[in-house]
Amino acid sequence: MHLHAIDYAIIGLYFVFVLGIGVALRRFMRTSLDFFLSGRSLATWITGLAFISANLGAQEVIGMAASGAKYGILTSHFYWVGAIPAMVFVGVFMMPFYYGSRARSVPEYLRLRFDEKTRGLNAISFAVMTIFSSGISMYAMGLLFEQFLGWDINYSIIIAALVVLVYTFLGGLTSSIYNEVLQFFLIVFGFLPLSLLGLKAVGWWPGLQAKLAGVATARGFEPGVLTESWKHLGSASANPMGVEWFGMVMGLGFVLSFGYWCTDFLVVQRAMAARSMNAARRTPIVAAVPKMVFPFLVILPGMVILALVGDAGLTDAAGKADYNRALPLLLGRLYPSGLLGLGLAALLASFMSGMAGNVTAFNTVWTYDIYQSYIRPGADDGHYLWMGRMATVFGTLASIGTAYVAMMFNNIMDLLQLVFSFINAPLFATFLLGMFWARATPNGAFWGLLSGTGAAAVHYALTGVAGGRGGLLHAYPSDMAQNFWGAIYAWSACFLATIAVSLVTRPRDRAELTGLVYSLTPRVREGGLAWYRRPLLVGVIVLALTIGLNICFW
Amino acid sequence: MSLDLRLPIGLLFLLLGALLGIYGLVSDPAIYSVSLGVNVNLWWGGVMLVFGAAMFVPALRKMRK
Repeated sequence: MHLHAIDYAIIGLYFVFVLGIGVALRRFMRTSLDFFLSGRSLATWITGLAFISANLGAQEVIGMAASGAKYGILTSHFYWVGAIPAMVFVGVFMMPFYYGSRARSVPEYLRLRFDEKTRGLNAISFAVMTIFSSGISMYAMGLLFEQFLGWDINYSIIIAALVVLVYTFLGGLTSSIYNEVLQFFLIVFGFLPLSLLGLKAVGWWPGLQAKLAGVATARGFEPGVLTESWKHLGSASANPMGVEWFGMVMGLGFVLSFGYWCTDFLVVQRAMAARSMNAARRTPIVAAVPKMVFPFLVILPGMVILALVGDAGLTDAAGKADYNRALPLLLGRLYPSGLLGLGLAALLASFMSGMAGNVTAFNTVWTYDIYQSYIRPGADDGHYLWMGRMATVFGTLASIGTAYVAMMFNNIMDLLQLVFSFINAPLFATFLLGMFWARATPNGAFWGLLSGTGAAAVHYALTGVAGGRGGLLHAYPSDMAQNFWGAIYAWSACFLATIAVSLVTRPRDRAELTGLVYSLTPRVREGGLAWYRRPLLVGVIVLALTIGLNICFW
Repeated sequence: MSLDLRLPIGLLFLLLGALLGIYGLVSDPAIYSVSLGVNVNLWWGGVMLVFGAAMFVPALRKMRK
């Protein structure tokens, strides 16, 4: 891939704007609440687009295209089963507790609902996880630019990290959110021509189906396995993902996706920055609308390049399968210079928005949940604002560190799913019980979380993958299957342990739990609002449309 | 937060649209063989210009009030 002046100009313009926004917002960062939660003042369209954009990191754009090439349209399940239902649920049912409790972070909600040790457990594991995610984003970006543009991996990691550092340091969460919205539009405009040109190049959907039928049979599957999303989920051996429908729906659709979208502070923080309860509830649902359509933007290019070059074209220099090449290959193939600069700026934007999201979530959890709680409580707000800025700096440096550590797995998606499953799967059980069962006790929550994470680790250690690392107890047909089932066991272990321990330990006073539990909180009134401002109604519409999409690509 | 986000977004897309569009006009048509013969720079530049204006102009009007 060869870049011309016009491409550099476009990329340069993007950098100028993200830095400029940071500079412009600096003077509005007066309190720690401004810095960490945008003073809870942002409009729904902004928080909604930031909600989805913060989630768009390396995992989405490159990873989804890679998965599109590896698994075909089965990848859409990550969106239509694994994201939309969870996003609607968190908006309609969980935001009232997050926003209404005035918690400044997810771990803080846990302290209000349960106790300090539960908060600590969550805060520390989240802090570590989010830095890891940040590092993975940057490593993936550096690798990509090195492979395809010959840019030195060290320079690209460090320069991108520095740009993110500057704008998050100056403008806090608002800067991160504003840039995420900018990056969202850049990603849409940067990749939409790719999908359209790609479809044209393969003969639109019928042409794609025909070409992928050939690839599917060459791999030893039924011809339709790459273009039909449900038909081949009867058994794990019938599809390239190696999962059957139950493991997929319960593991990915329920445990993993709800575990991520409902409890991960990175996304929840964007909703907490909204200007009102109603805006906060609508944020994830607004985000679900582009999320429904994103498969066409990110998964389709993976399928197209597979159709054009086959599995043989998606290998690295040694001949080993490397699906992460999918998106850059297609970009280089179909984009002339000019648009190529835009596509690369969009790629940079996706990595940087992911990284910024992680850093701003980290600095909040560090400052409020670790520093203010355990290291130096009772200082004035200005001190915590300063700490937040320092945390931004060392969070960025730690991310750079983990980027270098992340050079061990080749498919980023699998690694992220694994790490998240250890921590997130049990977490959702804790929140579900915490928000909807008043009898859940602090000790129940704490030991439940530990049991769940422990179960995940034990499960991973004792099982293996067919054709890969062998397992003592069981060998799953694929990494994905092992991840999904691990999540199911982790969630179940946490759920059962929480209930069991709760029944034998003392709960909190009912009076302290108002606004934190469903049965002790007045119902949110939705009457008198226009239809598009009613979270439940819009949520149901979004779900119905998603079911429609599932049926369409059955 | 007092900065209307539509201003920087609108401005960026106005500039990007103009940049790509002008490049589309002055560039050698041969480069569009990769994009199946379509002058994507010109077309997409135009689309982005329209989007940028749709964001920027209302925000500017609101700011002037």
